[in-house]
Amino acid sequence: MTAIDVAILLFLAITAVTIARIRDLWAAVMFTGIYSFLSASWMLLLDAPDVSFTEAAVGAGISTVLMLSTLALTGTTEKASGAKFRPIPFMVVVLTGCMLIYGTLDMPQIGDPSDPIHIHPSPSFVERTQGDMHGLPNVVTAVLGSYRGYDTLGETTVVFTAGIAVLLILRRGKEEDSKTGGRPGSAAASGDNA
Amino acid sequence: MKTFPIIRVVTKILIPYILLFGCYVQFHGDYGPGGGFQAGVIFASGLILYGLVFGLDAVRTVAPPRVIEKLMSLGVLIFAGTGVLTMLLGGNFLDYDYLEHHVLPGILPTGQHLGLFLVELGVGVTVTAVMTMIFYAFAGRVQAKHVQAKQEPTP
Repeated sequence: MTAIDVAILLFLAITAVTIARIRDLWAAVMFTGIYSFLSASWMLLLDAPDVSFTEAAVGAGISTVLMLSTLALTGTTEKASGAKFRPIPFMVVVLTGCMLIYGTLDMPQIGDPSDPIHIHPSPSFVERTQGDMHGLPNVVTAVLGSYRGYDTLGETTVVFTAGIAVLLILRRGKEEDSKTGGRPGSAAASGDNA
Repeated sequence: MKTFPIIRVVTKILIPYILLFGCYVQFHGDYGPGGGFQAGVIFASGLILYGLVFGLDAVRTVAPPRVIEKLMSLGVLIFAGTGVLTMLLGGNFLDYDYLEHHVLPGILPTGQHLGLFLVELGVGVTVTAVMTMIFYAFAGRVQAKHVQAKQEPTP
């Protein structure tokens, strides 16, 4: 582990604790954005630039914006929970944490070629893509788009279905239509002003 | 946001590059890191940034909700359509080897490359449209609340 790894993991932990403890929701949303950006940097250090792109754009960008618009609709402070120190939940959390840390001791080294994930599906997978894909170098795209095309089609459908569901819940029917109908006129008016 | 000239100017400079980077991640995804989903969210975040700085009405003029709505389903249609196309050409569903052709070899992608290109395009279109549409849905509610708050005291 280099100093950068340690620094990013440390910042991740600090940000997580801050999010859990802070009562000002606006600040908490900002901290989740920071957390996502740190995760994106961490993914980049783990040589996963694809995941890093996604985390930076979705986590730090879009979801922060959506959380802020939700706050604009609800409110920006959380009621104090009147928290007393409860020993049993505390013990459960500490025990679970210890078990998880104990579990990581058995994990293989990062990038070890004898990892189960590198051996299990087929050791020749990486070699086979060169021939199968006519020399397209990106194995990740080949696996996602071609070898597991069904999965990706399913994922795309999930994104589509989620979008439809959000629209069905949040859309405001007629009002929205009349607004979009009035849009060109108002846009032209503001254009004249400029 | 008319009171923040620095934000407006910097955003105007940044947005073309964000969209260009989105296109790069989309169309270069077969060679480098990236692909449809990443490109979709980058493209959508460019649109959302424009909406945040210049207002919901401005971004709705650029990307009208009616068009974006249709793009949501068009992406899935491109993806599934590629699969149906390979079936019509005699192969299995999503078996891109059957897309092999000999028109302009070396210039147009062919076979597996063409299949991946189409499929990633479908993913990119759907993800861009869904993300933008969700932003419209949220921001539209916020705008409606502000309009209500302004109208209520007058009568």
